[in-house]
This record gives sequence, structure tokens and C-alpha cells, in this order.
Amino acid sequence: MSTQPDNVREITFGQAINEALAEEMRLDPTVFIIGEDVAEAGTPFKVLKGLVEEFGTERVIDSPISEAGITGMSVGAAMTGMRPVVDIMFGDFIPLTMEQMVNQAAKVHYMSGGKFNVPMVMRTTMGATRRSAAQHSQSLHALFSHIPGLKVAVPSTPYDAKGLLKTAIRDNNPVAIFEDKMMYHLKGRVPEEDYTIPFGIADIKRQGGDITIVATSSMVQVSLEAADMLEELGVSAEVIDPRTTLPLDKETLIESAKNTSRAIVVDEGYEGYGVTAEIASTIADGAFYYLDAPVRRMGAMDVPVPFSPALEDLTVPTPQSVADMAKLLCGKV
Amino acid sequence: MTAMVEDGNSNPAANQTQDSEKWIQMYRQMARIRSFEKKVNDLYLNAIMPGLAHLCIGQEAVAVGVCEALTTEDYITSTHRGHGHCLAKGASVDRMFAELLGKTSGYCRGKGGSMHIADPDSGNLGANAIVGGSAGIATGAAFSAKQMGTGQVAVCFFGEGALGQGLFYEVMNMAQLWNLPVIYICENNQYNEYTHFTEATAGKILDRPRAFGIYTEEIDGQDVRVVYETVQRLVERARQGGGPAFLMCHTYRYHGHHVGDIDRAYYRSKEEEQDWVSNRDPLRIMGNWLIDQGIADQQLLEQIDVEAKEEIKAGAEFAIDAPYPDQSEVDDHVYAA
Repeated sequence: MSTQPDNVREITFGQAINEALAEEMRLDPTVFIIGEDVAEAGTPFKVLKGLVEEFGTERVIDSPISEAGITGMSVGAAMTGMRPVVDIMFGDFIPLTMEQMVNQAAKVHYMSGGKFNVPMVMRTTMGATRRSAAQHSQSLHALFSHIPGLKVAVPSTPYDAKGLLKTAIRDNNPVAIFEDKMMYHLKGRVPEEDYTIPFGIADIKRQGGDITIVATSSMVQVSLEAADMLEELGVSAEVIDPRTTLPLDKETLIESAKNTSRAIVVDEGYEGYGVTAEIASTIADGAFYYLDAPVRRMGAMDVPVPFSPALEDLTVPTPQSVADMAKLLCGKV
Repeated sequence: MTAMVEDGNSNPAANQTQDSEKWIQMYRQMARIRSFEKKVNDLYLNAIMPGLAHLCIGQEAVAVGVCEALTTEDYITSTHRGHGHCLAKGASVDRMFAELLGKTSGYCRGKGGSMHIADPDSGNLGANAIVGGSAGIATGAAFSAKQMGTGQVAVCFFGEGALGQGLFYEVMNMAQLWNLPVIYICENNQYNEYTHFTEATAGKILDRPRAFGIYTEEIDGQDVRVVYETVQRLVERARQGGGPAFLMCHTYRYHGHHVGDIDRAYYRSKEEEQDWVSNRDPLRIMGNWLIDQGIADQQLLEQIDVEAKEEIKAGAEFAIDAPYPDQSEVDDHVYAA
């Protein structure tokens, strides 16, 4: 469990992101932000509010609507001494950046035999149920998680968001950080003093002995609610948050599954060929002889995200659906 | 200005000697590149080189004229047809060959190969196997040079085929918007791989950068002096805060798209190829001029060619004898520390 003193203040997920950026920009003059409507507008989510006032338009740069262009320029700037933080407003727009992320950013260090680094961060969003339809609702972090050379963080709390983003900015590799836009107003305890969270270290968000629920991003909150529901039925669920999908802390996930002998993986990306598949296979490989049930996967339904609330809500895991799956695996139905 | 009078540079005779050395150096660089590329072809034909390579024979004057106008600290990004750019910017022949053969002593420890040579020491941000893929990197390097006030200029080499890629227009827009010190060097060798560029390019090429307000020029890319003098002006302009420029250099690749592209009659004629070789060869143009001006004689040019061939031969031998990477290196350098 994350060790946090009890007396720290509460701030929102969005404020945590804002603080991480401001602190790193104060520490390191080579850090700058580039993206669409990042300056005076502070992004449509208002997450960057106030940064341009402190750091000026030289370091908080409103760009044209050119996702590939700003990503490519950030690769070049990162190779030549700067630490760009690229803002891609909706995660649905990362396909526009794919060539620069996959063929350039991810490969420069390796292809140059280790001579060039690309210390850049791409901040983007994920998460459905905002009634934004198929091109503003996807969770596409699996796409980047597939690519060697990239790192991918998926914070689930304000505390993690701040610590992971600070680590991302200081990392010498290209890092994509996916923020669930439905969590920007989520409050949580965040200490005022400087801290970072290392990549590849899972966090046990809730301890339990009957079943392991591995969850990412907002699905951690969903799974914690499910765990409360299960507790009333006498089922003790352990909720584990990998915090980064690349690198992935396989050991912690496997150890938990060995202890509980049952596991569910919950992630808001499409289920097919997704993050849930990778993690479920990791657990099945590593904990096979300890398992009493098949590892179950719960991702977003494999359909384009529909607009109508009546349909959209069917496509993502909910506390109830996660609890139902856990009950099934534990023979409580 | 007073100091200049005392300076040796104001002495016309000394200036002339310096200029002569500079022109001879450019001839020498072109001879090295041509000899290097011929050797690459030999290594391919003799099955010594793994994979393929894209030769720049015929285009040497662009690489040399541009890079001679840059300092070591200035940046370049290169292309799949990039050996000439890398050599002209200061790469050594032996480590280039070693990279082409996948050896540890190569510029990228054998992990990049022909299309990915990168060398921070000579300001080479890397060749790129995605057509137009480095436009963002070059523009981003110019961005950081401006942000950090270093005075460096970034040059983006690309073929006319890259004009089909959208990324180019995104970054040219930003380069002009933010007045970045980047020079886009279009090596128009007329062929997008196996297709004449007129079959793939609507309108006039220079109208495209001009639409953003980018300063443009168009030159004979076979005359190294013209390339050098033009780029020198554009570099100075960029360094002084004049912003980006787009330079179209008309040139021609003598060989195919890559070393294996032998039968080319379906997309261009032997007569066309021969016309460029006979009448617009960059080495011959420069060699003739050096002799006309009395800067060099035939004997000196031959000596330069011989020296280049010796250097190339020794470099290739070094690479052939060099060890392959240890298998343990396969997953090194995926991530930086």
C-alpha cells in the first residue's frame, strides 16, 4: 500500500497533474508543454489552468491542430536537450501520432546504439461514459503498451497521477501517460512535498485473500467499489493496480494470484488483444499451479463506443459487473 | 572593422588560397562519397553486406555543398539514401562500413544499418527509413536551438517523394509560425522510388512551402559550388533569425531505388540516365571548373581519387574484419538509463 501520512491535504486528480507539471517546470528549464489550447485555455478540461501565467507562452505553447507534427517536433527537441510534454487532448487522437511515436520516439535510442535519448512525455486521456461518442471516448493505451521503447503509465488516484507524471518527466525515455478524463475531479490525499513513483511497481490498493482483482486507471476505482460490495457477501478481494502497463510489475500480480488462487483483470481498453489479455496470460503463466479458476478478463466491449447513454453504459465494466464476476469465480452465485 | 584590416582574411592572396583549399576539399568529399557508394554496391553484389542499400551516386554535390556550409554543431537529419549526408557531415568511412555490415564498431553498434546511421559527434540526428519521417525531428531540433539560444541551425534532407507526406506540411507551418532556424533541403532526383515525381505531385512544388510564407530557392544540385554558396546564405539567414527556408536541388540518382533495382527501363530510359552521367555529373562539373580556374590539374584530381579509393578500401577491410555484436546486446538500448 502507498504509505501516505494521514494529515495531508486533499486535491483533485486534475490539480495533481497541474502541480506535477508546475513543480517539474520550476526545477528544470528544459521542460515545456506543447499542445492544442494548452495556454490560456488550459485545455478543455482546465487541467493546465494557471501554468501559462507562471511560465509564459515560451514554455506553455499553443500549437496548431497537428498531433503528428507536435509529436515529431517533440522527438527532435528531446533528442537535442529539451524535455517536452506533449498534450494530446483526447486519447482517440493518438493514432495521428503513431508514426512518430512508434517508428521514431520508441526506436531512436535503440537504432542509434544508445547514443540518442528521447526524454519526452505524451499526456493524453482515456475513458468512456462521457457521452462523447466513438472518437472521443476510447482507451487506447494498449496500442503504445505494445511497442518496445515506450513506457506507459495509467494512474488511478491523484497521488499516483502526480508521482507518475513527475517520474515520466524525469525519465530519459518516451513515456505516454493516460489520464481518465472522468477522474479529473476525483479527490485524494496528495502530500505537499516532492515525491515520485517508480515505474514498474504495482500498488496494492486494497488487501484481500479470496480473489485478486488487477485493475488499471479508473477501473481501480470501479474495482474498489466492487470489493466493498463483495465484502458484504463475505468475499475478501485484493485490488492491485500495476500503475504502469509498460513496464509491467509481473511479480506482484503473480504473487497475489498465488495467494488468492483466483484473478480477474479489469481494464477500460478494448478486451480483444488488449491489456487484460497480456496481464491474464502473465498470471496464468506464473501462477498456473495455484489457480482454482481460469483468469477472467473484463475490458471494454469490442464495439466502437456508442453515443446513446443506453448503449454506452453497456460497454464498460461497472462495480456490479466486476462483483458479479468475482462472485462467479468464488462460487458465491 | 578596424580589426579586420589587420586580419589575414583581408589579404586577397590568402583568401584565394583558402578558397582553393575549400573547393578542393569539396571535390575530395564528393570523391569519397562516390567511392564509398561504389564499394557498397560491391559488398552487396558479393553478398558481404546483409540487406539492401540506397546509393546516392549522382547526388554527391547536394550532400557536400550543404554540409560544407554547416558547422559540426549544426544538425542534420538524413534519409534512406543517406550515406553521402553522413560522410559529408563528418562520419568516418570505417565506422560507416562497420554499421552497414552490422558490426559492433559501427556508428550504432550494428543496430541501425544503412538507413539509420546517427552520430551525435558530427551533429547527425540520424538517417530515417520512413520517407519524410525526420521532418519533425529536424524541426524540433531547430525549435530547441531557438529555445536554448544556441545559434545552431538544423537541416532536413529529404527526397521529393517525401512531399506526399502530411507531416511535412504540419511542421513547415510551425517552422514559419515560430520562425525556426531550419532549412528544408529537397533533393529532387525525380523519382519517388519507381515513379516519376510528376505522376505523384500536383501543382508546383515550391508553391507548397510558399503557401506557408517560407522563403524558397531552386538550384542546380549538380554544381557543388552553387549548392554551397546558396546554403551558406540560407544558414546565415537562419542564424540571424531570418527563419526557415526551403531549397529545391535538382539532381539525379544514377543507380536504382536500391542496389537490387537493376532493370529500370519500365520507369526511365537508359538515354536519360546516360545524359545525366555524361553531361551533369557533379564530380566532372567541379573537376573541370577546378582545372579551368587553375586551382587543380588532372594529376591532382587523379591523386584525390586514388586517395579516396584507398581510404574506402581500408575502411571496408576494417569493417569486414570487425566482430559482430555479442548476442547479449540484443536487448541492450531498448531503454535509456
